[in-house]
Amino acid sequence: MSLELKNVRKAFGATPVLDEVSLTLQAREFVAFLGPSGSGKSTLLRIIAGLETADAGEVWLEGRRIDTLPPGERGVAMVFQHYALYPHMSVRENMAFGLRNARVPSSEIDALIADAARVLEIDPLLDRKPDQLSGGQRQRVAIGRAIVKRPKLFLLDEPLSNLDAALRLRTRVELAQLRQRVEAAMIMVTHDQAEAMTLADRIVVFNDRRIQQVASPMEIYSRPANTFVARFVGSPAMTLAPAALTGEGGLASVQLGDGTVVQTEVAREGLPTGDLQLGLRPEHIKVDPTGAGATRATVELVERLGERSIVYARLKNGLPVTGEDGGLTTIKVGDEVGLAIDGSAAHIFGPDGSGHHRQSA
Amino acid sequence: MTAARRWEGLLFVAPFVLLYTLILIFPLLRGVWLSLHRVALFGPDHFIGFGNYARLAADPIFQQSLINTFVVTLMIVPPLTAIALALALALNRAGPAAALMRGIFFSSAVLSVTIVTLIWRFVLAPDAGLLGELWQALGWEPLPFLSDQRLVLPALAITTIWWSVGLPMLLFLAGLQQIPQEMYEAAALDGARRWTTFRRITLPALKRTTILVVMLQTAAQLQLFGQSQLLTAGGPSGASRTAVLFLFESAFGRWELGYASAAAEVLFVIILAVTLTQYWATGRRGEGERGLRH
Repeated sequence: MSLELKNVRKAFGATPVLDEVSLTLQAREFVAFLGPSGSGKSTLLRIIAGLETADAGEVWLEGRRIDTLPPGERGVAMVFQHYALYPHMSVRENMAFGLRNARVPSSEIDALIADAARVLEIDPLLDRKPDQLSGGQRQRVAIGRAIVKRPKLFLLDEPLSNLDAALRLRTRVELAQLRQRVEAAMIMVTHDQAEAMTLADRIVVFNDRRIQQVASPMEIYSRPANTFVARFVGSPAMTLAPAALTGEGGLASVQLGDGTVVQTEVAREGLPTGDLQLGLRPEHIKVDPTGAGATRATVELVERLGERSIVYARLKNGLPVTGEDGGLTTIKVGDEVGLAIDGSAAHIFGPDGSGHHRQSA
Repeated sequence: MTAARRWEGLLFVAPFVLLYTLILIFPLLRGVWLSLHRVALFGPDHFIGFGNYARLAADPIFQQSLINTFVVTLMIVPPLTAIALALALALNRAGPAAALMRGIFFSSAVLSVTIVTLIWRFVLAPDAGLLGELWQALGWEPLPFLSDQRLVLPALAITTIWWSVGLPMLLFLAGLQQIPQEMYEAAALDGARRWTTFRRITLPALKRTTILVVMLQTAAQLQLFGQSQLLTAGGPSGASRTAVLFLFESAFGRWELGYASAAAEVLFVIILAVTLTQYWATGRRGEGERGLRH
């Protein structure tokens, strides 16, 4: 076990930002905190680092309670969003600063820096100042400064948000390689689901001061715990349609507002009573230009992405749905199209927003 | 661009250039010209070449005033810089108490030198002054700050520091505000103690501000005049006569305008040399750093 959060609570003045958050990280685990701005994910990271104090709750790291310790004694290292490199120190001094403060012998400092510089390929930059580095180089130095401290836990605050698109993809790969090389657990705060999905062992989805779901990326995607997770993860967002239970049988079938009946693989037993919603990802709503399919809709917008096209349409009763067609679609705005709905992949959400999915295979 | 257009452009800067020439360039050149003459208040001037400068070089009163100026500047600038920095560090926080204190410490800067010297006369006077009473309360003999040759320059320095601390403090506060909070957070995670953080993060970030403060204050204090004129009139026995007080006395006491102009030119060159030396000495390392960039 690596990090353990027990009922962490935090408010800024009268504004609560975290409510009773508990979480356990496994050794060497890479966890992403994913959520919209203001969901409390960054605050939790700063509480773990010791840059904010929790109002209540405890933080434990490898069997030691750390929320009572100053930041420098917690055994955590952080890569800041804007890197926070010391502008007056060379790259080498930036990396040595924390080690000097910890009274690590000089020879050992030199060895650690040489090691990290080789791994991150920043050897030629060691004597430069931060303002003589490119954004990507600064990022590496910031990571190097964290590595040399050999922390028990890495904290990465939006590590890729300041890089341009090409560099972001490359750095994403490098981060994935980095986590193979270090022994420590890692937490990355991000609002970019692609980063979270590609890098993390588990994703912690935050919204509205609470953890919404903790699960592997695939489970977050295929079995979202509630409507928030369902809509937040996946791009474009899942279609949510008001639906009513209908028919008989062990598996639920539901009727949408325009009369379409969708046979799902969600067990009828255990579904709550009240207003339900049917959840369908775009890839499970195939758009047919000839009009064939379970129901029909009017196209409002077509996004051609090359390998596929996203079709935004409206059902007869006015409900917006998002579906997919091939990359070379002929569909135009205003067309009447048919929708083939793959009910076996559908999700059903209860009146409280909680998700119900088909039995895992 | 046509010549006509260039003339239109000149028209826009003409008012400034004219005023600048009239009140700065002309007096400067006129001063140089005066310094080469024996100037009588009434009657013609006599060109005497470097006669005034030769006389200055041999004038023990002028030499003493230059020494006094350097000594008092050295007494003022380092402590003033340190105190302004300390105040800025202490008051660099949010909240009404800090804002009030910032206002109080800055308020002395808006006073005129007349008021400042009046206040400090009350503080420094040995028989009825604040410090005198304090000394007496402690059972000591009151110190005659303004009439003792060894105490008068320190007294001038203290008065000046009290008067001048506001602006440097504000400059340091502005400098502190420029340091991103993330720097301090990174330092905290790097386990830096307060002193290390100050020495390795805060001070380097304030380098430019410190250079500015030292240069401005050096140039200002080398021209120290009002405090010395009003508190002691240069006394006792010339122990607090500064260079500007010397040239004031020469010009408007003995009406030796040429001689005073020569003293002014000497002081001008000294201030220029000191300031440029400071600029050069502190600027070079920055040049080297930039040179590495590619």
